[in-house]
Amino acid sequence: MTRRLSSCLFVAIVGMFGPALAQGDLQSRMQDDKQWVMPAKNYASTRYSGLSQINASNVGQLKTAWSFSVGSNHGQEAAPIVIDGIMYVVGAYPNEVFALDATTGDLKWKYSPAVDPSSQGVACCDVVNRGEAYDNGKIFFNTLDNHTIALDAKTGKEIWVAKLGDISRGQTLTMAPLVVKGKVLVGNSGGEMGVRGWVTALDENTGKIVWRGYSVGPDKDVLIGPDFKPFYKDAKGKDLGVKTWPPGRWQIGGGPVWGWISYDPKRNLIYYGSGNPGPWNSNQRPGDNLWTTTIFARDPDTGAVKWADVLNPHDLFDYDEINENVLVDLPIRGKMRSVLIHPGRNGFMYVIDRDTGEIYSADAYDNVTSTKYIDLKTGRPVRNEALTPLLGKNISGVCPASPGAKDWQPTAYSMKTKLLYIPHQHLCMDYKTSQVGFIAGTPYVGATVDMYAGPGGYRGEFAAWDPVKRKKVWAIHENFPVWSGTVVTAGDVAFYGTLDRWFKAVDARSGKLLWQFHAPSGFVGQPITYQGSDGNQYVAILDGVGGWPGAIASAEIDPRVRNGALGYVGAVQDLPAYTSGGSTLLVFALPHGNGVPNTEDGNAKH
Amino acid sequence: MRSISLILAAFIVTPAFASSTLRVCADPNNLPFSNRAGEGFENKIADLIAHDLHKQVAYTWATENERFVRTTLKKGSCDVIVGVPAGVDEVETTEPYYTSTYVFVSRADRHLQIASLKDPRLRHLSVGVHLIGDEAVPPAIALGEEGVVDNIHGYMIYGDTSKPNPPSRLIEAVAGGKIDVAAAWGPLGGYFAKHADAPLAVTAITDTKDFAPLVFRYAIAMGVRSGDDKLKQQLDGALARNKSAIRRVLVSYGVPLTDGGT
Repeated sequence: MTRRLSSCLFVAIVGMFGPALAQGDLQSRMQDDKQWVMPAKNYASTRYSGLSQINASNVGQLKTAWSFSVGSNHGQEAAPIVIDGIMYVVGAYPNEVFALDATTGDLKWKYSPAVDPSSQGVACCDVVNRGEAYDNGKIFFNTLDNHTIALDAKTGKEIWVAKLGDISRGQTLTMAPLVVKGKVLVGNSGGEMGVRGWVTALDENTGKIVWRGYSVGPDKDVLIGPDFKPFYKDAKGKDLGVKTWPPGRWQIGGGPVWGWISYDPKRNLIYYGSGNPGPWNSNQRPGDNLWTTTIFARDPDTGAVKWADVLNPHDLFDYDEINENVLVDLPIRGKMRSVLIHPGRNGFMYVIDRDTGEIYSADAYDNVTSTKYIDLKTGRPVRNEALTPLLGKNISGVCPASPGAKDWQPTAYSMKTKLLYIPHQHLCMDYKTSQVGFIAGTPYVGATVDMYAGPGGYRGEFAAWDPVKRKKVWAIHENFPVWSGTVVTAGDVAFYGTLDRWFKAVDARSGKLLWQFHAPSGFVGQPITYQGSDGNQYVAILDGVGGWPGAIASAEIDPRVRNGALGYVGAVQDLPAYTSGGSTLLVFALPHGNGVPNTEDGNAKH
Repeated sequence: MRSISLILAAFIVTPAFASSTLRVCADPNNLPFSNRAGEGFENKIADLIAHDLHKQVAYTWATENERFVRTTLKKGSCDVIVGVPAGVDEVETTEPYYTSTYVFVSRADRHLQIASLKDPRLRHLSVGVHLIGDEAVPPAIALGEEGVVDNIHGYMIYGDTSKPNPPSRLIEAVAGGKIDVAAAWGPLGGYFAKHADAPLAVTAITDTKDFAPLVFRYAIAMGVRSGDDKLKQQLDGALARNKSAIRRVLVSYGVPLTDGGT
C-alpha cells in the first residue's frame, strides 16, 4: 500500500513537470517500453515491446490484475495507451474517454463527449473507435459524429473540438489519430455513403486544419505536385484522380481513410492506404478509379504526395487497402532496404520500398482465388477473370471475401524473431444475383454477398510470417475470424483475442499455445503491454464483441439471415452461441510481483 | 444443444407492448412514403389498417438505410414496416398490396417520352439515377450494361439527411433542368412529378427483358418479424378489407400502379 502510494505521488510529480519536459518527446516515449503512447506503439507500427518480464516460460501464470467497464456494449476496437503511468482508453460509441492509474486501475478522470446519437445509424459496420493519440500533454481522439477532440491529459479538460465532417452526408470517424510534428492526422469513414475520402492534418494546439489531401479528384486536391514521383507507369500522368473515372464520378468516389498511418522520421514521410471506390456499381465506373485502394507516401508538413501505389485498380471486391504499413529494414536482393510491409486486404503480403514505392514482393498469405498474382513489373494484380462479378451470373468461391484476408486488425513485428504476426480471417464468398434490388423508399435489403469458411473449414487464423523468406512459419487455425489486433514482446510471447472470448498467449517462435483466458465477451480490440509504477509488466486489452463480424452478437442481427451486416452474418452465424456484447478493459500481470516466477521450474502451463 | 437453445433464445419475439397499438417502423423524412408529420402514403395506409384493427398507430423513426431493419423491427421497438418488397428474406411479408415500376421522369416541355433503357437518346442526354452503397438501383446497372456511363449522374439515395426528403433531389434536378431525365422508382417519381415546379412526364420503364435477372417492377407488401404470424394474418385481413381505400390513397399520391409481373 505504501509503495503504491509513493509511486502515485511520483507519477503526480512527473505529471506536473511532464508537459514542459515533454515538448517533442513523442519519439523518445515510443522507445520507452514502460509506456505505450499510440495504438501502433511507435511510428513504425511494429506493436513490439522490449519488455520480457512476462515471457514464454512464465506467461502460463498470468492473472487478472484489475478490470474496468467502459460502459457501452458495442464492438470495442480501441487500443488503450499508457503515458507516464496513466492509461487512457476510449470506448465505442458514445466514445467516453477514461484515464486510469495503469498500475492500480484507479479512475483519474472521465470525459463524455456529446456525440449525436443519429451517427449510429450512419456507420456501416458497428459504431467502433480504434483508439487515441498523445502528444505534449494532450490526448486526441475522434468521435463517431466527426469531431476530433483534444483533452488535457492530466485533467481530462477539453482543450479544443474540431468538426471535420457531417453525419447527415454519411461521414463518420472511427480511426485513431496519429500525431506527427505537432499535427494531428485524421481520416474519414463512409465510402459506401458517397463520401469522398481524405486525410486531414490539424494543428495540435488549436485544432485548425493545416492541410487536407483527398484520395480522389484533381491533383491540386490530392496534393500531387512537382514532388510526385510514382514508381509505376499507371500512376504517372496529370489529374489521374479525375481521368480514371467517367466524367465527374470521382466527386463521390470513395477512397476513405479509416485505417492506420505510419511515419518515417528520417524520410519525413507518412504512409497509409485508402479505401475502396464507392458508391458506384462497378459498371458505372470503368477505369482504374484512382486513388482508391492506394498506398500513399506524403510529406506530413504539407501533405504533398511523394509516391502512390494503386493496389486494386478498379476494385470489384470491396478490398479497402486501409490496413497498416509496418516500417522495417530488411535484407532484400542482397542489401538492407527500408521497406514497408503491407498485409493487403486482397490477400497479398506487399513488401514495398519506402523511398520509391517499388514493390519488391507480394505473396499470398491466405487462400486467394480472385487474383492470380501481383505483376511486379506493373504493380497490378492479375485477376482471375472467371471470378469477375457479372450481372446475371452467380459466382462462387471468391477468396478472400470482402473483409479481405485481413482487415483493419493490425499485425505486430518482432525485432527479435523478425517475424510478422498476423491476426486474420479465412473466408470466401459467393456473389448471387439478387432477385430483389434496391428500391428507393423501401428499407435497404439488397445485399447479395454470402460469406463462409475458406478451405479447411476454419474461419480465422493467427499466423507468423517471415517477410524475408516470404513464407508462413506457423499458423493457428481459429473457428472464427481473428478480428483482434496483436502484440509481440521480447519475452517471445504474442497475444491475441478471439471472437469466441479467448484471450491467448502463444510462443512467438513456435505458435504453441501457452496461456488462455475466457473473457466476458468476444475480442475485437488491440492488446498492449507496459510496465506499471510497481515495476511489473502488464498486458491490457479492451473486451467487447462487435465490429463488422461481431455485430451479429452485439447488435443482435438475425443470424438466420445470411446476408445481414453486409454479408458477414453468413460467415459467423453461430457466434451468438458463444458470446454477447461487452465493454470490459482487462489488465493482466504475473501473480507475485516483480515478475519473478513463483515456481522453480519456470515452465509454461498449458 | 447448448448452442441451439441460445440461438432460440435470441429469437424470442417481443410481443407488441399493447394490443391496442400498431407499432410502425418508419422513416421520418422520406416522402412520398412517410414522414414525421404523417404526410406520406405509408402513414395514411398505416392509419387505415390501424383503424380497421381498432388500434392506434405508434411510430419508431429511423432512416431507412441498411441498418433500418435490424435497429428497429428486429430490436423489437416496432412490429411492422409498411412498405417492403414482397418476399424479401430479412422479414416476413404479407400479401402484396400494390405493384409499381421504375419510371423515367422528364420535363413535359421536352416531349422526350422515353420508355426503353435501350433508347439511343439515353446515350446523349444527361441521365440521373439513385445510388446506394456499392450496389446501384436496377436502372443504373442496366445503363452500365448498355455502356451508357459518361452521361450518368448519381444522386445518393440517403443524400443529405438534414434536408427534406433526400431522395427527391433526383426529381428536383429534372424539374430544374440540371439533368434531362431521371430513372426513378415509380412512387417517388410519380409523387414529386405531381408537386414539381415544372410539369413533368412520367413513363414506366419497359423493354427490360434483356436485363434479366434485373427486375424493374416490384410488388410491395408489409413486413413483420419472421415468426410473427399472428400479426401477419391480422394485417393480411385488414389489407384485403381496405383494398379499394388503399388504392385511392396510392392514386392520390401519383403512384404508378401496374398489374404485377416483371
